Amino acid sequence: MAQLTCQDLTLGYEGKRVAENLSFTVESGNYLCIVGENGSGKSTLVKTILRLVPPLAGSVQFGDGLRSREIGYLPQQSAAQRDFPASVQEIVLSGCLNRCGLRPFYTREEKNLANANMKRLGIDALARKCYRELSGGQQQRVLLARALCATRRLLLLDEPAAGLDPTAEAEMYQIIETLNRSDGITVIMISHDISAAVKYASHILHIGRKEQLFFGTAEAYSHSDFYCAFQEGRSSGDGKSIE
Amino acid sequence: MENLLNKLVFYFEYPIVRYALIAGVLISLCASLLGVTLVLKRYSFMGDGLSHVAFGAVALASVLRVSNSMLVVMPVTILFAVLLLCTGRNAKIKGDAAIAMLSVGALGIGYLLMHIFGASSNVSGDVCTSLFGSASILTLTAADVWVCVVMSILVIAVYLLFYNKIFAVTYDETFAHATGIRSGVYKLILAVVTAVIIVLAMNLVGSLLISALIIFPALSAMRLFQSFRSVVLCSAVFSVVCAACGILISVLFASPAGATIVCVNIAAFGIFTVLGYVKGRRS
Repeated sequence: MAQLTCQDLTLGYEGKRVAENLSFTVESGNYLCIVGENGSGKSTLVKTILRLVPPLAGSVQFGDGLRSREIGYLPQQSAAQRDFPASVQEIVLSGCLNRCGLRPFYTREEKNLANANMKRLGIDALARKCYRELSGGQQQRVLLARALCATRRLLLLDEPAAGLDPTAEAEMYQIIETLNRSDGITVIMISHDISAAVKYASHILHIGRKEQLFFGTAEAYSHSDFYCAFQEGRSSGDGKSIE
Repeated sequence: MENLLNKLVFYFEYPIVRYALIAGVLISLCASLLGVTLVLKRYSFMGDGLSHVAFGAVALASVLRVSNSMLVVMPVTILFAVLLLCTGRNAKIKGDAAIAMLSVGALGIGYLLMHIFGASSNVSGDVCTSLFGSASILTLTAADVWVCVVMSILVIAVYLLFYNKIFAVTYDETFAHATGIRSGVYKLILAVVTAVIIVLAMNLVGSLLISALIIFPALSAMRLFQSFRSVVLCSAVFSVVCAACGILISVLFASPAGATIVCVNIAAFGIFTVLGYVKGRRS
């Protein structure tokens, strides 16, 4: 059974429909990129999968023994977080909190897990540093390490490369690819960057104005009309593609 | 100097002075712990808003001639704290606007009630006491102090037990919620505890100055420290020292306790800002 199955999903909040009739499945080990214009409901889809927003219609089902609370999530940063006085270690460790239940403090095992994940993303030297003093790329790695503490199997990433410079962006994509290929973690990622999506992802979900335009493998997507339209738009210098 | 010390020793013979010191220090400590979260979640005005609600509730209690005003004030304040903190981002009127609206609304209604139905002959005196705290907190009884001690121990215990959860909810509520932390419950706990502290602190510094106990320790600690734990610890120490100094000064010079504590906080904030600047230039 697929790890995640969405059937005829209608998204929205307060009765306002954002996207309708989304149907797709994610198998264990897949790398799904969700692309689409601003306001097409990409973030709402992620929030619906995380059960932060209830679906207006349709269903989200987890299979393969995955529980809805075992998902690692990398949200978009808010302004308040950027100047929050917290050390890297404190933030990464907070990803372990869903293992604690009512237990008030972290166990040694959980602290080791946090350390291991910091090492895995190359930020172990920064453990005592303050989050707000880090560069954009380092901050995203911290949040990714936190997400890894919360899951072993599925990562949901909301524009992990947003606001990064090209080098940091490439590094970020590299890290995510490694986590997917070597560690077998399923990745679902929202992206603005269609060319990167086609390059790294195994599957693409393209949401247009209120409806699902495409779902399939990245290979099939690169031959589809949507991708061609995007390529033409880019070569003719259409303002829309400069996002 | 020796003169002052002798005077201090003399005053400490009186139990009411010791009561004031104990209650003042404990309440400031609790307020500073919560303050870190409130300031970081951009709810700095929470203390102000809720204390005005508490003022309105005091007026209501005096109109209703309830013998123990706590019975009215506590539930009303807790109710509004929960409404403010827990409605979240989907409310029609939110954040600063909601707090501002509630704060002036409660102040206006409270004063009107006191003025129209005022039971005592000295309305402006009563209002002044509620807004700026008793002229001296030396009116506390042993029972008041016991209430303060018990409540403070409860608040500190809750804070310690839920420290990691409070961090998670303060830092990133969405992530906490998404990974299965019941952030709603912890916000509810925070709201209730905040309301309790504010009602207790009303006796000490009055409605208008409570915000000072909440924001100054947190803001000062953030000038110097970089991790959540050190900010919390520093603001706790900061608030205890400032409250103790403030009360001692007010006893020695017969100045109003609330205002004195706030001024000591402001002075200490100034010192921390300079230290932070120096530290920033060095590194």
